[in-house]
Amino acid sequence: MKEPNDVIIRSVTKVAVVIIFTFAINLFFSGHHYPGGGFIGGLAFASAIILLFLTFDIETVRKNIPVDFKVLAAVGVLIAVLTGVGAILFDAPFLTQTFGYFNLPIFRKTELATAVIFDIGVGLAVIGTSITIIMSIGDDR
Amino acid sequence: MSSWFHIMILIPFLFAIAVPYIYKQLTPRIHTGWFVLFIPVLIFVYLFAFIPQISKENTITATVPWIPAYNINFTTHIDGLSLIFGLLISGIGALVILYSIFYMSKHREALHNFYVYLLLFMGAMLGLVFSDNIVVLYVFWETTSVSSFLLIAYWYEREKSRYGAQKSMLITIFGGLAMLAGFIMLSMITDTYSIREMVSNAADIPSHSLFVPAMILILIGAFTKSAQFPFSIWLPDAMEAPTPISAYLHSATMVKAGIYLVARLTPIFGGAAEWFWLVSGVGIITLLYGSVNAVRQTDLKALLAYSTISQLGLIMSLLGLGSASLYYGVGNDSSVYAVAIFAAIFHLVNHSTFKGCLFMVVGIIDHETGTRDIRRLGGLMHLMPISFTLTVIGSFAMAGLPPFNGFLSKEMFFTAVLNVSNMSVFNADAIGLAIPVIAWIASVFTFVYSMILVFKTFRGKNKPEKLGRDVHEAPIGMLISPLVLGSLVMVIFFFPNVLSDYLLNPALHAVLPTLADAGELNVKISAWHGWNTELFMTLGVIGLGALLYIYLKKWYRIYHLYPDNFTLNNMYNLGLEKMESSSKFITERYMTGFLRDYLVYIFSFIILVVGGAMWLFDGFSFDPSSDAPANFFELGLMFAMIITAITVLFSKTRLTAIVAVGALGFLVSFFFVLFRAPDLALTQLVVETVTTALFLLCFYHLPQMKKEISRVRFKAVNAFISIGVGVLVTIVALAANGNRLFESISSFYENSYELAGAKNIVNAILVDFRGFDTMLEILVLTVAGLGVYTLIKLRPRRDRNEGAE
Repeated sequence: MKEPNDVIIRSVTKVAVVIIFTFAINLFFSGHHYPGGGFIGGLAFASAIILLFLTFDIETVRKNIPVDFKVLAAVGVLIAVLTGVGAILFDAPFLTQTFGYFNLPIFRKTELATAVIFDIGVGLAVIGTSITIIMSIGDDR
Repeated sequence: MSSWFHIMILIPFLFAIAVPYIYKQLTPRIHTGWFVLFIPVLIFVYLFAFIPQISKENTITATVPWIPAYNINFTTHIDGLSLIFGLLISGIGALVILYSIFYMSKHREALHNFYVYLLLFMGAMLGLVFSDNIVVLYVFWETTSVSSFLLIAYWYEREKSRYGAQKSMLITIFGGLAMLAGFIMLSMITDTYSIREMVSNAADIPSHSLFVPAMILILIGAFTKSAQFPFSIWLPDAMEAPTPISAYLHSATMVKAGIYLVARLTPIFGGAAEWFWLVSGVGIITLLYGSVNAVRQTDLKALLAYSTISQLGLIMSLLGLGSASLYYGVGNDSSVYAVAIFAAIFHLVNHSTFKGCLFMVVGIIDHETGTRDIRRLGGLMHLMPISFTLTVIGSFAMAGLPPFNGFLSKEMFFTAVLNVSNMSVFNADAIGLAIPVIAWIASVFTFVYSMILVFKTFRGKNKPEKLGRDVHEAPIGMLISPLVLGSLVMVIFFFPNVLSDYLLNPALHAVLPTLADAGELNVKISAWHGWNTELFMTLGVIGLGALLYIYLKKWYRIYHLYPDNFTLNNMYNLGLEKMESSSKFITERYMTGFLRDYLVYIFSFIILVVGGAMWLFDGFSFDPSSDAPANFFELGLMFAMIITAITVLFSKTRLTAIVAVGALGFLVSFFFVLFRAPDLALTQLVVETVTTALFLLCFYHLPQMKKEISRVRFKAVNAFISIGVGVLVTIVALAANGNRLFESISSFYENSYELAGAKNIVNAILVDFRGFDTMLEILVLTVAGLGVYTLIKLRPRRDRNEGAE
């Protein structure tokens, strides 16, 4: 089979992936006040990886991102559950979230919310699961 | 102090976590059992300290909230009855663990599994008897079933172990579920989950229409657990468990959980005729069934299993007979029947001592000779003198002979059945007379199998050629536990009233609180009460029993007359087999392996249920008055969507179809933008991107799309279902807009900045207000992902090879 000529998509992907990653992380953190959040951020992140899959082959990507996405999904769920359990330690019902305003050195007055930790769990679970599914289906040849 | 008591119940669970580490570090230097032994000893000492308080009729209650919103709290309640059980669980538990240290080889056995399951059981059983909340009680109840399953299947490489474990699981869990239904009914009647509150409102309960169903369902739970006829068949098969387990779970504690439940609920149900007949009737049938079947067994443990069934039946029937005392209310008559309850509790303690002792001795015999088959054993008396003495003590107590504790409770049992024959309520005339007769016959058989146990094993000719090894007495460590139990058998006979004052009477008062408040209950036990009918019944048992034992060979053949096909076991096996084959038959009818069929099922079901509901509840009402007018963009988008949808239908290649579906999805996200839902629009965009990529990947594996040549009917069904679903969804969407049953709840979420510190309401709902949903959703998502992974990656290798060819 002839090697396909995919110079353009390769070059574009290299740049685009960085942009998508940045955008995904931005989406994730802006979720508290603006559109975004763990689910969307996670999916955007996953779509960047999928773009890598489509451009390069799965083996290359797997070598360069040595993460077991099944474990990542499980870790995500675990984080989400543990934030819930954390509430119990403070004598609050399971999954109670809280927030506060702190004065941090560089960021000045910043809001820190436990919901973000929960959201990290959601994001990781989404990334892990979607990539697991796509890798299993795409790899089966 | 309240929390200490909860910690005591939880300690076995907590320690179970540490057991595998201890096992890993210290095997084979030190037997893991030595560490585990501390736990029951500690609990026993702790519980022992409660005796003075409990014997003064104090009860102690403590609550730790669990699910307060539903009024489900971990409330512990200590009274005489639960304390007796607690002491039995921890006391016999300690002895059994001590015994197991010598019984279970630290070199060969998977001790960490063994002790983890054992501790799991111990904690669950303690929780069961001390819980006041029926939901908590149910949780512990099922935990005991599960741990029993694990312990029976401990030697899981044996097929019989697995069979026995499955049988016990199926039967006891079935009963447990029935009991749960009964508990729910009971809580509906009384509007509480607390047993004590139910008892204090007991007077109003019998008039409720759910009274009898709740009673029957709860009794099914109790009967399955306590191996009552006809659910008893699981107990003999449970003997595949290691002998310490048989001694602990399947004779001394777990099988008594049903007895405990019946005793605990007697104040609620007792006094009703249905309760009286069910409990005492089933009990007495079980007594006869167990003792008659025990005689024909040749395996020592099977013999003990049937004798356990029979003794459990005895205790159960005593509880049933004693419930009559609640019918009479406060008075002389009632205290006559209350003796039966007392005898039940007394015999329960006695049975735990002598049966535990016997099981341990049988374990020793098995351990030393390598067999439990009576036909191969004999003449062991001189070789194993201590074991012989212990067997004599245990068996004679079981047969109801003096000077052993079984004599005292057996006499009280006879008193109780004789009282019933004089009873004038519950239409007891004819059957009331039959009960003492059945009880007496069963006692004769009990005597016979007790003699078989002693004399066939220890007397007669020694048969070394059948054993093939030198037999000698067990090591002293193994003998300590049965010796303790054996001496208890004797001590209780000589000083029964110590036990009675400190434990049995408080327990009796816990079972019959209304009578206890009137101050009429205080039973004294005496070994000698003159030449009365009970004593003559015992003498008759000895006489006839001895004759039957001597001429056993002559009449043994009657057992072969009963056809094997009609045994309960056979019916169980047949039922299981038929259930499997019929469910396979049904499953194969509709699981065609053809994807289109499944889609047809799913969508026609949706049309039927949703459409049916709409039609039934007259949901077709439309109210377009509040709709906004459609503007130019929206109309344009709509036409674009219709065009892409039609493109999908008429596309010639898969690629076109996939692209069209993707375009449809993106167009939908434009709608979200138009309606100012940026979160939804973003989600839709990203999801659409990822799924299109996924489709493209799947597409790679699919064959070329062919022009399908199919029959008109096939296409007509497809068209009907797809149009039906489309129309239905449209109607539902329109109708949903026209109907408003409840106030909108969105106003609550508007304060998300004050409540959750988040300006984005959607995200605040996802991670905070409805965080539980999200947590479970990502769990489901992950499980689904793992499912896809396993389906694709972990297929059997054979399939992959076939696919490659």
